[in-house]
Amino acid sequence: MAGKGVITPPRDRADLVERLKETQRRYGHVPEEAIAELAESLAIPVHEVYGVASFYSFLSLKPLGRNVIRVCKSLPCYLKSAEVIMKAVEKELGIVPGETTADGRFSFELINCIGLCDHAPAMLINHDAHVDLTPQKIKQILKSYE
Amino acid sequence: MPQPRVVLKNCDVIDPKRIDSYLENGGFKALAKARREMTPEQITGEIKDSGLRGRGGAGFPCGIKWEGARTASGDAKYVICNADEGEVGTFKDRYILEKDPFTLIEGILIAGHAIGAKQGYIYLRVEYHYLLDHLQNALNQVKQKGYLNGFSLEIREGAGAYICGEESALMDSIEGKRGEARYRPPFPTTSGLWGKPTIINNVETLMNIPPIIMNGADWFSQMGTERSKGTKVFSVSGDVDKPGVYEMVLGSPLRELVEELAMAKNIKLVQIGGATGRILPGDKLDTPLAFEAMLGAGAVTVYDQSRDVIDIIHRTMEFLVEESCGKCTPCRQGTEVMVEVLAKFHRSEGSLRELRNLEALSSAMMLSSLCGLGQAAPNAVMDSLQYFRDEYEKRVAK
Repeated sequence: MAGKGVITPPRDRADLVERLKETQRRYGHVPEEAIAELAESLAIPVHEVYGVASFYSFLSLKPLGRNVIRVCKSLPCYLKSAEVIMKAVEKELGIVPGETTADGRFSFELINCIGLCDHAPAMLINHDAHVDLTPQKIKQILKSYE
Repeated sequence: MPQPRVVLKNCDVIDPKRIDSYLENGGFKALAKARREMTPEQITGEIKDSGLRGRGGAGFPCGIKWEGARTASGDAKYVICNADEGEVGTFKDRYILEKDPFTLIEGILIAGHAIGAKQGYIYLRVEYHYLLDHLQNALNQVKQKGYLNGFSLEIREGAGAYICGEESALMDSIEGKRGEARYRPPFPTTSGLWGKPTIINNVETLMNIPPIIMNGADWFSQMGTERSKGTKVFSVSGDVDKPGVYEMVLGSPLRELVEELAMAKNIKLVQIGGATGRILPGDKLDTPLAFEAMLGAGAVTVYDQSRDVIDIIHRTMEFLVEESCGKCTPCRQGTEVMVEVLAKFHRSEGSLRELRNLEALSSAMMLSSLCGLGQAAPNAVMDSLQYFRDEYEKRVAK
């Protein structure tokens, strides 16, 4: 996969996390080929790159949708009925957490505390924060993502 | 009693997008004073005398940390600002970063001068990616005004891992690795980022630096208790009418925070310090908020009488299982076993034998885990067994 995966010229080992994030931004996930390429360009073993790529929750080894929904499941959101929000997303998209819609528009994940507890229940879509959620709001919010 | 604002004094006062607004409110005077009138030794001395302790949860004396890095030998030294608050129920640093990024940067620059570092990082959790441009904008303005004075300050973003809020895991993450806790010693002050002397301070800790430099250690140490000086910023959420960020003098009673400020009613229990924090029942609200009692990073989650204790503790442990980095066995396996046992109690299928096992396991984890996560993971279990043992006993299989 020539030219795929490596976006910036290699600088050093410390760039690995950032380079994996760039890869993910470009392809929607971190493909196996990119892992091999990164390992070669940074002169580190493949398993080390794989180890880093699989460690962080915002990096994904499997393909994701164009937009990633991350609904917070931690206690402060749970107390504010986050489960109702999860059900609303499930109903709207026809997928459960861990799945991607058939058209590739959305992936749906659950996430641990995102620090928006004063406006619970909350979620991130890509990097946008959505707060004080209600099932009614979910429909509108999802509409704004292509 | 009105509470003084030390850390949050500029929040909703200055325009966080314009450095001029910060300068009009006394911004960068502390940095000028530190650089022109004080030696590094005087600065670390002042911070030591102030009694300031780390606000990220561990409460280590800030001045001693700085002194260690200042006197450590090394050609390169680093200052790291830990903006990776991931503790369940914590959002005070998000609030601070949004409302007053300039005081934070000023605090970092003073720290750099104090320990002789020329380079620093702000490690921002990726969940706060929407703050990245805002923070970068503030940093660019500070640079344009010439305040960096040769200091190189860079924002590094995480990639989603609670453990990276732990200082040694955070350094591994900046080095581009999996964020796993390191064996200590050596401590970061002598061997930190890339093996160089490093100080890592929480956002809120660094927010305290400019006011201490401006007003002196005596001014600061007048506030608080004997072992907890100054103020603390709390993140209050859960069953309260007014969730939000509140700053209080250390030693203030929990009751004032949750009942008077956040307007909680019918409190069954309060979780202080998030998933690795402590549990207090509703009849202990007069407990002071201080390091000598319980504090953590100041996450305060309130649960009313309608809540199920076992459900809360089970969910807390589920969080810790997922976020354990997996490097040491007591934490990786201990949290797994605990969540299994708690799940049984949740289904009313527990046993008294398992209850005793939980206690034995807790002691082992506290004693032998590599970092604060595993050491503190049993806290909520132990506290709930102390105050709500009957709820566990009610869930023993008949």
